[in-house]
Amino acid sequence: MASPRILYCRCAYAKVVPQAVKDGVLEGLSESETAFDAVADLCQMSAAKDPALQRLSKQSGLKIAACYPRAVKWLFAAANAPLQDDTQIVNMRTLSAEQSCQQLLGGACPSAEAPTDDAPQTLED
Amino acid sequence: MPAAAKTARRVVLYEGAGSQPLEAAQRRQLLALLLDRGYTVSRVRPDGEVSEHGGDDLVVLGRFDTPVSELANSSFNGQDAGALNLRDISSATPEEAVAMVEEVTQSSGEQPEYWKPWFPVIDYDRCTNCMQCLSFCLFDVYGVTQDGQITVRNETNCKTDCPACSRVCPEVAILFPKYKAGPINGDEISEDDLRREAMKVDISSLLGGDIYSMLRDRNAKAKSRFSKERDDERALKERQRCLKKLSQQMEGLDIPAEALANLPSADEIQFKAAQAKKLADSALAKNRADAPPSE
Repeated sequence: MASPRILYCRCAYAKVVPQAVKDGVLEGLSESETAFDAVADLCQMSAAKDPALQRLSKQSGLKIAACYPRAVKWLFAAANAPLQDDTQIVNMRTLSAEQSCQQLLGGACPSAEAPTDDAPQTLED
Repeated sequence: MPAAAKTARRVVLYEGAGSQPLEAAQRRQLLALLLDRGYTVSRVRPDGEVSEHGGDDLVVLGRFDTPVSELANSSFNGQDAGALNLRDISSATPEEAVAMVEEVTQSSGEQPEYWKPWFPVIDYDRCTNCMQCLSFCLFDVYGVTQDGQITVRNETNCKTDCPACSRVCPEVAILFPKYKAGPINGDEISEDDLRREAMKVDISSLLGGDIYSMLRDRNAKAKSRFSKERDDERALKERQRCLKKLSQQMEGLDIPAEALANLPSADEIQFKAAQAKKLADSALAKNRADAPPSE
């Protein structure tokens, strides 16, 4: 099976990620031909020690659209689901929807006009 | 709620073999509706299949062009069709598709529980296990593991929007991912942040005076003042005045009124603080005893 390698967090229970960015990234993913996982709220799953986080964390080359890399890394760790070193985290709190989509999908990003200079951060960075 | 391991309600948007893809706008709208209701959604493309999902009930939505019974046997990796809850949404609007999902989850007794997930997350790359957070928190959020490491034990005890414990951490190791500003929200830590942390000599200096002794003093004064004519209403007013003053003094700490209003009584605070200190001291002593001798 070609496992989904993209994880999108909706951050559904707070307004810290700009709505336009969340919606724009979801739109980009929806318009793409890519398989992906989307979760309502990584914080909620971490607090619940959701076993799904362990399944997701084991994927090599995973790209996560969520918030600050330090926060995402330790949210997974708190759920006993440490991320792989090559996991890339796209910070929707600081990037635009276009930049986020570009980092997630690269050339497959439907709304991307030009590549962004900002490379997504891996946990090794 | 979050204490026990629990899988989020999961929906698969199946666009694999034996089905037609959704229109992009319909897909986006359906995804947003499901996510905003707390579901986890996996989109499956023609080269994929429904992955192992941990045994919980799963709802599979798709525009199936093959009888659902045949699909269940052929396209879902041998998984039990009954547990997959296949639903054909060929003629359904996104709202109707969500209603189909809700019907399944409601009948299985799975109900969303609203809780703004607000709790501390420890950055163990920075944490020095000093136990200040354990000593500081009055709501039993923190605990110690069997091997003597500080941990977050009771997430739901945390007071929503209160980041106070992160401010007492001398290592900037406590995050609240939903906080508005860095570095508490997980943003990179700047030199300024580190300089500020280095100035934290102890908890009482951070608070501009000891919050606990302030409460004790106020409580003692109130007891003396109202000893002859004390009633619940006057006690409540006194407590509110005290909390208002505290809140003004601690404006920079951004502690919400609700957290202040939920502070235990002065006696309880003393008791809890003593208990937490005992636990922290015990863990620290154990760690010192277990540590290899320094060369």
